Amino acid sequence: MPRDPKQLSPPTMATLKEGVWKENPVFIMLLGLCPALAVSNTALNALAMGLASTFVLLGSTTLISLLRHLIPKQVRIASYIIIIATFVTIVDYTIHALSLELYNALGAFIQLIVVNCMILGRAEAYASKNRILTTFVNSIGMGAGFTLALFSIGAVREILGFGTFFGIPLFGSNFQAWAVFILPPGGFFVLSLWLVLFAALRRRADQRKEVGHAS
Amino acid sequence: MNTESTTVMPDMPSSGRLIATLAVIAMLSGFFVVLVYQATLERIALNHREYLERAVFTVLPGATVRVNFSLSEAGLQRLPDDAVGDANVFAGYNDDGTLVGVALQASARGYADVIRILYGYAPDREAIVGFTVLQSSETPGLGDKIETDPAFLRNFENLQARLNEEGTALENDIVTVKQSTKTEDWQIDGITGATVSAVAVGRALRESANEMLPLLAAHRSSLTTPPPASRTPPKEGCPKDGVGDDETDTDGINHGSENP
Repeated sequence: MPRDPKQLSPPTMATLKEGVWKENPVFIMLLGLCPALAVSNTALNALAMGLASTFVLLGSTTLISLLRHLIPKQVRIASYIIIIATFVTIVDYTIHALSLELYNALGAFIQLIVVNCMILGRAEAYASKNRILTTFVNSIGMGAGFTLALFSIGAVREILGFGTFFGIPLFGSNFQAWAVFILPPGGFFVLSLWLVLFAALRRRADQRKEVGHAS
Repeated sequence: MNTESTTVMPDMPSSGRLIATLAVIAMLSGFFVVLVYQATLERIALNHREYLERAVFTVLPGATVRVNFSLSEAGLQRLPDDAVGDANVFAGYNDDGTLVGVALQASARGYADVIRILYGYAPDREAIVGFTVLQSSETPGLGDKIETDPAFLRNFENLQARLNEEGTALENDIVTVKQSTKTEDWQIDGITGATVSAVAVGRALRESANEMLPLLAAHRSSLTTPPPASRTPPKEGCPKDGVGDDETDTDGINHGSENP
């Protein structure tokens, strides 16, 4: 079966970095925004959510890539969802067993990883068409990008909303916490600020490239 | 992009193959889920038990040993140590084996969802002596002050919960009042900005106390006499002593699982 030569090439740094920067799931592709807004109220919650999603992403895309020739096209979405749901259940039980406090803080959003469109998107657009190693590397990058994005939002919200970072107080007792940043609207504010920053950085990088070509 | 433009779409596979694929994947999925469920079951139960245990000792200052009871109209029944889920009364004893108080669960509808709390009641003082929130989804920064506000939590260091002469209900209903207007021992000083949540806590305590305390008073003697059957593993900062377990064996109460 003839294939795009690009897809057979071994994974490179670009495959890894793609998800962190150029195709960052939250800041560029705007995928998985529900967990990104809902459980990014503290740095720890954001980090835990990011890592849990990364695990599900890594496990399911690797398995899907492995099975990509065995699953008929007609039932692929159903199969992907079962595979993703299995990994989500595994993560759910594992976090429940590791820390009840964290489990309560993340609430239903662990189970809701199953409908995170970043994961199904990766499975459909990448894992089903690429070799296992390439998929694995790409998923690590995507997971890292997602975790980074959640952590960036979570850190800002925790610092402004609680005056702490990973539970460690940063300011004196006179600090009046900015409660709105812990509430859902605060999530939107912080996300939008990061989006502006990312867009500005990208534009600058593009302009520099153009200048480089011109000279 | 990543589309395989050169790939020819294969013929439609037979529905048998489609069904078989889904069935195999679903079966494997079920297998792994059950495997993980079995592997984590014990640990999850332990987590829940430890969480409640910590809460019981938080609301009963001075208690070091916990015994589970199930209390209802039918009577008081002692439960094994791991039957946390079925118990509704957790009696706390100190190192000498005397009853410090009982921890009871209560719940009421708050602003966002049901608030579940655990409170400690000391029968000898006829007062609520401790309070902690087990579960709440109150608004962060406002309603969740019922968990963090020191002034509000001070209400529960000694909140009067005396029964009336007949022992059928509270003599004075516990009630939440506006912030800084508390005048009586049975009033809870509320929180401005968290009115609904603070009132819900008062309602939960009032309803639970009216229901449970009369029952508790009827069975008080059987709560004070049984010696602690088992010690919880010593926690940090909790002095360990070798006496206490054997001296009180003469009361004739069934010790359950102790000393098989």
